[in-house]
Amino acid sequence: MPVQSSQVRISIGSRFEHIDLIQIVVDDALARLGLDEDSRHWVGIAVREGVANAIKHGNRQDPDKEVEVELAIEDDHAVIRIEDSGEGFDPSQVEDPLAPENLLKPNGRGIFYMKSFMDDIQYSQRPGGGTVVTLRKRIGDKGSGRGPAPRRNQET
Amino acid sequence: MKIDTRHSGGVTILEPKGKITIGVGDVALRDAVGEALEAGSRNILVNLGGVTTIDSSGIGELVSAYTTVSNRGGKLKLYNLPDKVTDILQITQLISVFEVFEVEDEAVASFSA
Repeated sequence: MPVQSSQVRISIGSRFEHIDLIQIVVDDALARLGLDEDSRHWVGIAVREGVANAIKHGNRQDPDKEVEVELAIEDDHAVIRIEDSGEGFDPSQVEDPLAPENLLKPNGRGIFYMKSFMDDIQYSQRPGGGTVVTLRKRIGDKGSGRGPAPRRNQET
Repeated sequence: MKIDTRHSGGVTILEPKGKITIGVGDVALRDAVGEALEAGSRNILVNLGGVTTIDSSGIGELVSAYTTVSNRGGKLKLYNLPDKVTDILQITQLISVFEVFEVEDEAVASFSA
């Protein structure tokens, strides 16, 4: 896919140590767009979770399989697409990490993190196989410096 | 990620610094708690003041540490939380699970209460 001038596209092997690189690039791009530090922190965490899931659950940590990350500006949103080469999954089957029976489980909070810190999250299937997770964050107001969404909900 | 270990008033204090994230910091935290338990400590306090980022694996490792220490008859408590770590514990509702303190003296004293 040709990369347009308003896009950044990175491919990494499926190793957790590469996640820092993705976060640095995304953070730098969002800083140039004027998003404040607080908002960039939460977006960075969400991106880390998406890439970690792609590496762990999508590509099963096969270093020969790539995770592709694309950052684009669409309307007034930063849009981050994370693609793996895995077999796909049904996000509706993921358990609620806030349910009392799940609260002390060590796993299962990655998607919850992404939903909490982004304005929107969508899953789709890659044409050649694999999963695409699309994360959206409004940047039109240059970031509000606000904390994660669930915390705001608690305060209302 | 680096974790310093020290002792105060019969309490083992772990001080992670940097990111507690998948593949690196989470393993270091697991190892540090394991070593404290192996050394006989049952009162473990984690100073989170130096933590810059904690992802879902890091939070999972904190939960694992809490349950592991509890299952051994001990207690694991937290103090000196940065705002962003507090945010994470609130949205995951784990703030109701952990005993959290602002300052070390108060946290150490709580093990004797």
